[in-house]
Amino acid sequence: MPSRIAEIRLVSSDHEVYEPCDDSFALVDALLADRTNLIEHNPKICMEIGCGSGYVITSLILLLKNEVPGVHFLATDTNPIAARVTNETLEAHGVEADVICTDIASCLEKRLAGSVDVIVVNPPYVPTPDYEVGMEGIASAWAGGENGRTVIDKILPVVDLLLSEKGWFYLVTLTSNSPSEICLLMRKKGYASRIMVQRSTDEENLIILKFWRDKDQEMLDKETSSSSSFLSQFSRSLSSFIEKQWR
Amino acid sequence: MLSCNIKGVSNGFPLRIEAGKVIEKEVDFNPDFLKHMFAKIEWKALVEGARSMGYAELPEDSPDATVLDSGDETFLRKLHHALLELHLEEGALVCPETGRKFPVNKGIPNMLLHEDEV
Repeated sequence: MPSRIAEIRLVSSDHEVYEPCDDSFALVDALLADRTNLIEHNPKICMEIGCGSGYVITSLILLLKNEVPGVHFLATDTNPIAARVTNETLEAHGVEADVICTDIASCLEKRLAGSVDVIVVNPPYVPTPDYEVGMEGIASAWAGGENGRTVIDKILPVVDLLLSEKGWFYLVTLTSNSPSEICLLMRKKGYASRIMVQRSTDEENLIILKFWRDKDQEMLDKETSSSSSFLSQFSRSLSSFIEKQWR
Repeated sequence: MLSCNIKGVSNGFPLRIEAGKVIEKEVDFNPDFLKHMFAKIEWKALVEGARSMGYAELPEDSPDATVLDSGDETFLRKLHHALLELHLEEGALVCPETGRKFPVNKGIPNMLLHEDEV
């Protein structure tokens, strides 16, 4: 049986491009675990932001190829060398995606708004001094600024803009990125979330999150944001307070 | 890489294509995908883009959406070719407002802005 994900020996490389590592494998494992759902999801446009070596987008294509007809793939990276390496990885696996060298998804946001059904992101999440963010070359693959959140926090609104009504979003985070806070931020935008993969390596605690638009959540948030429902909000926080006391 | 161009906006749309080398890749024909995309396409931009890559078979005016379900595949086949099978391998995308050129090398458009453009 042909491999369902990208083969490491076929992944192209360059010293200025991040090689597939534990975080990439964890993200692909999350996609593998969700494969049946993804096929049923029947996406038309899938996209990876920050495609690096191309390992993840190639795996996603292989996962869906032959299962979902007529799906189009896009991949972006701010590092021109990564864009080239991704193209080589795609080619080595005999699959196709439009690779664009750009910052996050700038130049695609307007025309693709509300059109993307699946977005996968393995962002630069390593906590670093802020001045390291936005440096060229391989540093752009990991430098995440304060708490590793500087770039993630830029990506979230873009993802919200791009995702279609039924859109799904997979994100790699570290515990030091405060994933629960990220979930809360996304909840305010009307997204539900769940942990797909949780993995501790020697160096980092990885958490792969999945987000999707939750209609009930949106309704609920609209309710709570209006002043008339202050009481219900209050009673909710009260009950959670009591709950905590009980524990 | 026509689809990217059609979607591609920096500070102006549509980007004009300066074709250096255009390649054609065969892609499986999928009417559902084309119907899905048809609603999102800026027709004139697609026609212009395809023409600058040497494909002038698309009708000038946006066809009625009914043609998609008419059972006549002629139009869908043309759309399929223009949208998915034409790739700009070498050339540039040019902003219609500023004339700024975004180079395309090995099929990858470089849309990065210089510091003074951000």
